[in-house]
Amino acid sequence: MSRKIIGPFNRVEGDLEVQLEFNDDTVTDAWVVSPLYRGFERILVGKAPEDALVYTPRICGICSVAQSVAAAKALQMAKGLTMPHNGRLSHNLVLAAENIADHLTHFYLFFMPDFCRDTYQTEDWFKEVHPRFKSVQGTSAKEMLKARAEFMHLLGILAGKWPHSLALQPGGTTRTIGQQDQIRCIGILAGFRQYLENTLFGCSLEELTSVTSKPELVDLFSQGRPANSDMGLFLKASSQLELIKQGQGPDLFLSYGVYDEEDGTLYKQGTVEAGDYAALSQEAIAEDVSHSWMAEQSEALHPFEGATVPDAEQSDGYSWCKAPRLNKKPAEVGALARHVVDGHPLFQELAIGNQGNVEARIVARLMEIAEVVIAMEGWARQLHPGEPICNHASMDDTAEGFGLMEAARGSLGHWIKVKNGRILNYQIIAPTTWNFSPRDKDGAKGPLEMALIGAACRADEKEQPAMVQHIVRSFDPCMVCTVH
Amino acid sequence: MNKPVSKAEIEKLSPKAEKQTLLWLQSGGCGGCSLSLLCAEGPDLITGFEAAGIEVLWHPSLSLETGSEFTDILNRILSGEQQLDILCLEGSAMCGPNGTGKFHMMAGTGRPMIDWIKDLSSHAKHVVAVGSCAAFGGITAAGDNEVEAVGLSYDGKEPGGLLGSEFRSQSGLPVVNIAGCPTHPNWVLETLMSLAFNSFTEAQMDDLERPRSYTDHLVHHGCPRNEFYEFKASAEQPSDLGCMMEHMGCLGTQARADCNTRLWNGDGSCLRGGYACINCTAPKFEEPGHPFMETPKIAGIPIGLPTDMPKAWFVALASLSKAATPDRLRENATADHIKVPPSGGGKKK
Repeated sequence: MSRKIIGPFNRVEGDLEVQLEFNDDTVTDAWVVSPLYRGFERILVGKAPEDALVYTPRICGICSVAQSVAAAKALQMAKGLTMPHNGRLSHNLVLAAENIADHLTHFYLFFMPDFCRDTYQTEDWFKEVHPRFKSVQGTSAKEMLKARAEFMHLLGILAGKWPHSLALQPGGTTRTIGQQDQIRCIGILAGFRQYLENTLFGCSLEELTSVTSKPELVDLFSQGRPANSDMGLFLKASSQLELIKQGQGPDLFLSYGVYDEEDGTLYKQGTVEAGDYAALSQEAIAEDVSHSWMAEQSEALHPFEGATVPDAEQSDGYSWCKAPRLNKKPAEVGALARHVVDGHPLFQELAIGNQGNVEARIVARLMEIAEVVIAMEGWARQLHPGEPICNHASMDDTAEGFGLMEAARGSLGHWIKVKNGRILNYQIIAPTTWNFSPRDKDGAKGPLEMALIGAACRADEKEQPAMVQHIVRSFDPCMVCTVH
Repeated sequence: MNKPVSKAEIEKLSPKAEKQTLLWLQSGGCGGCSLSLLCAEGPDLITGFEAAGIEVLWHPSLSLETGSEFTDILNRILSGEQQLDILCLEGSAMCGPNGTGKFHMMAGTGRPMIDWIKDLSSHAKHVVAVGSCAAFGGITAAGDNEVEAVGLSYDGKEPGGLLGSEFRSQSGLPVVNIAGCPTHPNWVLETLMSLAFNSFTEAQMDDLERPRSYTDHLVHHGCPRNEFYEFKASAEQPSDLGCMMEHMGCLGTQARADCNTRLWNGDGSCLRGGYACINCTAPKFEEPGHPFMETPKIAGIPIGLPTDMPKAWFVALASLSKAATPDRLRENATADHIKVPPSGGGKKK
């Protein structure tokens, strides 16, 4: 047995260290270390409640809008406020623009370059993949950056800028929408659809979203334009490397549900454990700090009661990350979890053994791009130019609320308690806090710690097993959200 | 026929024969300046680097190298084997707890990030603080700054920071502070390109070593709410169209940046998005001493006055212009869409 420390792990958002124990060339145990602590939950104490809208987006430069939406929802509950039709749709469009841009950034800049590693030179897909995805120099990055930048003009219009907008408010947004704005949004979405269909998918968004089973997926991408598309190249490499057998997480998926519709959400809220759906009970969420660099607590605490007291000398600690648990169990969150909880048959099939894996996580993200862009086209057309976009209300001096939503990377929750008109406690559990949590007091590993076990080096690898890279990045980690 | 461009002029703003190497590190921040930089257009980030002959030794979001492949690069720089032309830091230097730097140990190295930053800075031709965190401490230094977050050459408004105010990189320049939360992609890309062309000088920096290319301007310049400002027709709640200086905490008349003339993500800016400027290019913007979205006042007059404006004149002009506010502006200021359009010369009613 030998312990290997891998870090800094880049092409994730923020800094990450992974410690691995090997038996010969196979990982037998793993510890996931979040090495940066900044202390937003302590900064927020004593501030005006609305100041959360300034501070929390700055937790993360890639999930900035998601943090704004979670904060706005928590304040919305604390104020007992509703949103007008336009406010709801504009929130959806702004959040969707960030989430979809994040999925693209992940696929093209963070995840795919690992297939250009030297160890794969002899694979028959390498000649196609390498010129397209080699880091910085690959042809796909420039195309993606142009399409992404133009797509993000939606955020210039609807939210002023990205990241770190203050447009998203508890009662809607600050940016009213005129007819010219609506028309521009529709035009931008049309251009983005063309990029996706020509480059990423090689087929129409609808051809992809009509896929409901693995054989249909394989069939669609087996020939012609889809086979040569960027998604097609991934599926080719993935099937030859059998990524569907790599990186199994826990058999518990969690989704808070996201994109508010008049009735419910586009992706529904709930949990799926061992294949069975159940409604979510947010009271069943608690954070354990037994293996965190945090002052000892007698038990795991619900975020309303949660405390953040850093202690770099905590002897059992090995990460700044707390360990959130649902009914005392680790849960996987993300695009795959959203689709499994939503009951999508393709992803129930891809999540073999009711567990996540590398291929299922990537396909879920790509599928979500297609689904959400179609939804955005609808929301943009449902806007009513000239009608109100923001409701207003003051907050009682004593109030509380929580905001649960789905960021690109999974379930994000904010819990706020207000006393004497100032923030008394503010707790945040981010997607990667779930996925990259350390062990809890019962010794249960976090989802990535589980997923790394069994990963094997290839014959010519010593230092950096490519499979470890694929598994870690399949979660699309955001480390600056994780600890905050 | 125009006079031909001289060879010297061409060469001055062309890639140097040797690639200019760039290393980008992140510490106590959100990564948002990098993500904003990926939004660069005309040129995009990668084309901009190519045009300036910048070779990315390593960037956390872009590079293949990870773990020991990356620390090998750092060690080659420290041994002098690898030239480092531009070192960028994004995020605050994390000195806590108690000066140990343990709030950010660089992954895989067991060493505080602040030690890596100090060592690498002494080997770099230029050192650039990207964003208000790396420049001044920024958001990470908010509250009681329990994490001891500082900038490279400033601790908030005080000269000092991790490297000290006397620090000069090998080029002789102080740390270049591209402040902003986040930074506009062009602020960063154009400054890096200038550095790579060797055309960036101390004269191009303001009194906080920020590039004057954007801090010679005020956010107020080009604000689409200018007419409301002129007549003190003020917004009262989010989504109102009026000027946000009087009630909504807007600092655009004091904030040094060109956000309303060089727009964000196409056509955007904070003001165009309908919310207040919080002066994010300034040191200590993170602790205004009052709720961000409220304007502190004494006797009904905002404490923070427009830059370079004498108070007596502001008070006099404000009361005069309030008295002269056209009904159109008064009505539109508290509406969320234009209720009264400007009257024109047409005869049709």
